[in-house]
Amino acid sequence: MQTADKPYRFPDSHGHFGPYGGVFVAETLIPALDELNAAYEACRNNPAFMAEFEYELKHYVGRPSPIYHAKRWSDSLGGAQIYLKREDLNHTGAHKVNNCIGQALVARYMGKPRVIAETGAGQHGVATATVAARYGMECVVYMGAEDVKRQAANVYRMKLLGATVVPVESGSKTLKDALNEAMRDWVTNIHNTFYIIGTVAGPHPYPMMVRDFQAVIGKECLVQMPEMAGRQPDCVIACVGGGSNAMGIFHPYIDVPEVRLIGVEAYGEGLDSGRHAASLTGGTPGVLHGNRTYLLQSEDGQIIETHSISAGLDYPGVGPEHAWLKDSERAEYVGVTDQEALAAFHDLCHLEGIIPALESSHALAYAAKLAPTLPRDKILLVNLSGRGDKDMHTVAEKSGIQF
Amino acid sequence: MSRIQSVFQSLRASGRRALIPFITAGDPAPELTVPLMHALVDGGADIIELGVPFSDPMADGPTIQRASERALRNGMSLRKVLAQVADFRTRNADTPVVLMGYANPIEAMGVERFVFAASEAGVDGVLIVDYPPEECKTFAATLKASGLDPIFLLAPTSTEQRIRDVAQIGSGYIYYVSLKGVTGSGALDFNDVAARLPQIRHGVGMPVGVGFGIRDAESARRIGEVADAVVIGSRIIEEIENSPRDQAVARVKAFVEGVRGALDQIQGAPR
Repeated sequence: MQTADKPYRFPDSHGHFGPYGGVFVAETLIPALDELNAAYEACRNNPAFMAEFEYELKHYVGRPSPIYHAKRWSDSLGGAQIYLKREDLNHTGAHKVNNCIGQALVARYMGKPRVIAETGAGQHGVATATVAARYGMECVVYMGAEDVKRQAANVYRMKLLGATVVPVESGSKTLKDALNEAMRDWVTNIHNTFYIIGTVAGPHPYPMMVRDFQAVIGKECLVQMPEMAGRQPDCVIACVGGGSNAMGIFHPYIDVPEVRLIGVEAYGEGLDSGRHAASLTGGTPGVLHGNRTYLLQSEDGQIIETHSISAGLDYPGVGPEHAWLKDSERAEYVGVTDQEALAAFHDLCHLEGIIPALESSHALAYAAKLAPTLPRDKILLVNLSGRGDKDMHTVAEKSGIQF
Repeated sequence: MSRIQSVFQSLRASGRRALIPFITAGDPAPELTVPLMHALVDGGADIIELGVPFSDPMADGPTIQRASERALRNGMSLRKVLAQVADFRTRNADTPVVLMGYANPIEAMGVERFVFAASEAGVDGVLIVDYPPEECKTFAATLKASGLDPIFLLAPTSTEQRIRDVAQIGSGYIYYVSLKGVTGSGALDFNDVAARLPQIRHGVGMPVGVGFGIRDAESARRIGEVADAVVIGSRIIEEIENSPRDQAVARVKAFVEGVRGALDQIQGAPR
């Protein structure tokens, strides 16, 4: 077994998390990444920048997000107590906005008037369009043509916010193809364009930068849990697609060894069915989208199509830091199926009056499995990374209901 | 001396430019790849860049991505590409073949296994788009140990330091990307290339090929005035795309002949 260094200090200066991460891009992108690296270093060491970031998180996003003790749900499960970190209460309804604000401020610092983004379900696109409107920036969002059809409401939302949505017709016409297209735009328009990546993947410094901006989630929990429950939780549980909400809540807890970190992947129709999106638990290491990480790929090294009921988890890779946390055994990675996630979705609606995102429902579903196996004085902290309004159509369809 | 080096040496001796066309292996059909390679040589190619199809060709434009998608639908894999090179070698022992592609299929095969198999098949050089020098020191060393040239890209934005890094780790030739963006995009700026190339050539101490944005005999000739080699990719893929299956080989050959003719009008060494 490889052991994580203590204190935990990753990535190294070249963006490596052990064998993962790095800068696997064409030469044409290297200067842009060097420029971004220098700008981000300057920003994060600048107290005025950080103060503005915090001000925006407080007054625009509504942070800190509360922690809520889901007592009725915990009682019904009959075991450990479940606490929810309410990222669903953020402006725009998910954790994505934390990172978008951070990157938009870096873009402004770099003097880039145009931001671009890729999006799958549309949540990161909406968050990017939102902050672009807030800071007066031009915004172009790349979205797979299939996803544009499936997520009409979010497409309209982005347009209302003034963004241009470009449907991507290449490849499987989903998130990974949108990412490819956004990279192409960036390499062509580097002089005036900032690429806001939505998750802890991509070439260095993105995995680190996105993690740093999302780490506000875990930092708040470190303070809030002792206030709420008198101590830190026994387990922190979060869903993992690209892995930004999980990295955000995990990272401040990495140096708290008694807290178990559990990432929950999308098993789709089941890990054995082959129709899933579980890169860490069902994939192998490789290189995609600028970093080395676990990937879902064929024997020949071609990236394969993924499946999950939750569009936000439907990605064939995962952030490189999760790959490292898995290999170093600091975090555990598990999965739940579409059906299990849906069951947790309905339970939270009925017992707590909270409609969770289908992504977050994966974390909830694993908590619902784990809680009954533990005594009542144990504490599980689940990152409720987003609200489920966007998923009404998907859930209704599964229940045989049409609007 | 590698096959690539000896090609450049004899071209230099006769004051000619290298013509390096690119096709994607398996496009439009696997059985046409070897005939296309021979047609490229018959049309006047000095080196062949053979694209290894990948599902997510991030640095390529839509034309080469479509070629990749067609090839993958045709069941292509890295293993099959190597078999095609071996097949090509049964009738051609002289024209260097450079594989161009992405890191993941090679990592899936395993670097050692790939380098051994490529060397056995008769591959001469390897250009992995998403392996910049800092991420592939071992890979480049393994290639060199087997007599294969690791080919690297340089861009208009590359710094002096990067030019030195690439000179140290690469061999064979340098592929200078003549414009910002992806393959097959926009028009290129001849003056920009002409201004930048002497510094690049001086910095790397090996031949410099220029690609991205070269679409016809005229743009090839103008680039050839200043470069050691001219690389043409997307335009040839378009020729394949727009030809009826049974005419693709002939039309590609005719296109390459036109470019060859234009390059051979150039007098003397690159400026």
